[in-house]
Amino acid sequence: MIGDRIVLTLAATAVIVVAGWAYLRLGDRALAALPHGAYRRLAPWLFAGPAVAMVLLALAVPAVITVGWSLVDDGDGGSGGFAGFANYAQTLSDEVTRVALRNTVLWVVLLPSLAVLVGLVIAVLSERVRYGALIKAALFLPIAISAVAAGVIWSFMYDYQPPGAAQTGTLNAVVTALGGEPVAWIVDTATNNYALIGATLWTQAGFAMVIFDAALRSVPGELLEAARLDGASEWAAFRHVTLPFLMPTVVVVATTMTVVALKAFDIVYVMTNGNYGTDVLSTVMYRALFTAKDNGLAGAVATILMLTVVPIMIANVRQFRRETGAA
Amino acid sequence: MAAGVVRVRAPRWRRIPVHVVVLGVAAIWAVPLVGLVVSAFRPSWAVLSSGWWESFALPGDYTLENYRRVLDRDGMALSLFNSLAVVVPATLLTVAAGAAAAYALAGMRFRLRSAVLLTIVALIIVPIQITLVPLLRAFSALDLTGSFLGIWLVHLGFGLPFAIYLLHNFFAAIPRELFEAAEMDGASRGQIFFSVVLPVARPALAALAIFDFVWTWNDLLVALIFLGGFRDVAPMTVAVSQLVASRGDGWEILTSAAVLSVLVPMAVFVALQRHFVRGLLAGVSKG
Repeated sequence: MIGDRIVLTLAATAVIVVAGWAYLRLGDRALAALPHGAYRRLAPWLFAGPAVAMVLLALAVPAVITVGWSLVDDGDGGSGGFAGFANYAQTLSDEVTRVALRNTVLWVVLLPSLAVLVGLVIAVLSERVRYGALIKAALFLPIAISAVAAGVIWSFMYDYQPPGAAQTGTLNAVVTALGGEPVAWIVDTATNNYALIGATLWTQAGFAMVIFDAALRSVPGELLEAARLDGASEWAAFRHVTLPFLMPTVVVVATTMTVVALKAFDIVYVMTNGNYGTDVLSTVMYRALFTAKDNGLAGAVATILMLTVVPIMIANVRQFRRETGAA
Repeated sequence: MAAGVVRVRAPRWRRIPVHVVVLGVAAIWAVPLVGLVVSAFRPSWAVLSSGWWESFALPGDYTLENYRRVLDRDGMALSLFNSLAVVVPATLLTVAAGAAAAYALAGMRFRLRSAVLLTIVALIIVPIQITLVPLLRAFSALDLTGSFLGIWLVHLGFGLPFAIYLLHNFFAAIPRELFEAAEMDGASRGQIFFSVVLPVARPALAALAIFDFVWTWNDLLVALIFLGGFRDVAPMTVAVSQLVASRGDGWEILTSAAVLSVLVPMAVFVALQRHFVRGLLAGVSKG
């Protein structure tokens, strides 16, 4: 079967390259036979058409249909008819969704602030030590690691054995070596959400650091120098010169991390599957879809999730309009 | 920091806190990776009875047995090629369709141009959960669940907004005279695209391709839903998550599966870091 996969990969690659090239070349030639005005009107759609069609089919249209489904009485014993806001009422009054919403708030507060903190501190301080490149590499590598693998890695780090047994989980080995009692990090409701957010932070902090690292290069050196000549401490120079320059970057990193937090799924799915009070909106939606098989309910949860990112979407569109002028 | 800054170095002892913070954070980030790799080479009895750090005291106690087992019995070898069969065509489709669309949006004037562009920008961060109910129904009606064609198309649709956005920003920065000169020479749009735009945009295309490759390789949700959990088509992420869910295996098995699943994206990432970072910065600097 491995052979089949290799053949499939190579054949698909060849077909995509040849078909893509032929489509644009022949389409362009066919349109060029038309009057010039018609060519100028139609050529953009030759190029943008396939992508626009895919985005409409895979994203825009299904999004609208899902909002429609959220108003349908589906699932076990459902009539299939119009349900008004009953699905929203049902999911919002459900304890599971409430826990998920509470956890989502926790994610949205903690992940962006911690990512900004770690990313900024390491970007700034690693410039001040000789082994800075090594430090950056340590934060940078996990970017390439999937949330699934990160879930395995951190489940292992958080592993728990009853007191007295050999603690093979790194964190509990440290805790017991310091004289403490081992903690069931992933099961204990006092720690488990923080444990999941910490694992996500581990995969994302390098991203924040790279962005801050690039932004730091745009801070004018003369200003820092002037501040130092005036006798400002390193901290004062950072606080009054560097930080104001970095504020737009802080906003960019925080928004990106907010979106990551709102969409969190993989790590929760792998590490707890939403058990022990660690559900987030994505895991609730996944279960409504596959366990309850209730499209109305799943549609309502998905719509709630969607609504949480709408403010950021609007901000992005505004920002884009401002930057590109007329668009 | 900016080059040429005269930095007044504080006395040695005052810099100790800086070293402590930097080394502490780096340790928190590096230790899990070291633990993962070491455990993946330890026999199961050792993993059960002692921590991975203790294995340094018992040299020679490492084995390749875990890898033989996950590759063979757990079908991780097939999953590796499933991942490639999902990711390579999906990435290629996204880059190709994205480049053509970005060229139209950045280099031509037409009706609905700004409407399309703004919709694309809005859709970059849309949670894909909002599409799952109707797409799943369409997939079962068309019998696409579990097929590679189906997941290529879904990845294409989901990946395009970011791809178009990134390439549009890059194409918009290409001097207009370059297009206009070619047009004066009587070149058609298609000729300009293949002989001017694509060669000039090679760095941006590379950045997008690498970004998209790693992104698609690491995806779990899309594969879980649209490949339907069938074992013979499961990519690495799904296979590893199934191993975790079965709960029957020791850490030595889970860690070696995880090591295998990160090898390819890690290699691509480390080898082509420069491009990756450029893609990352281009993707957020204006978003």
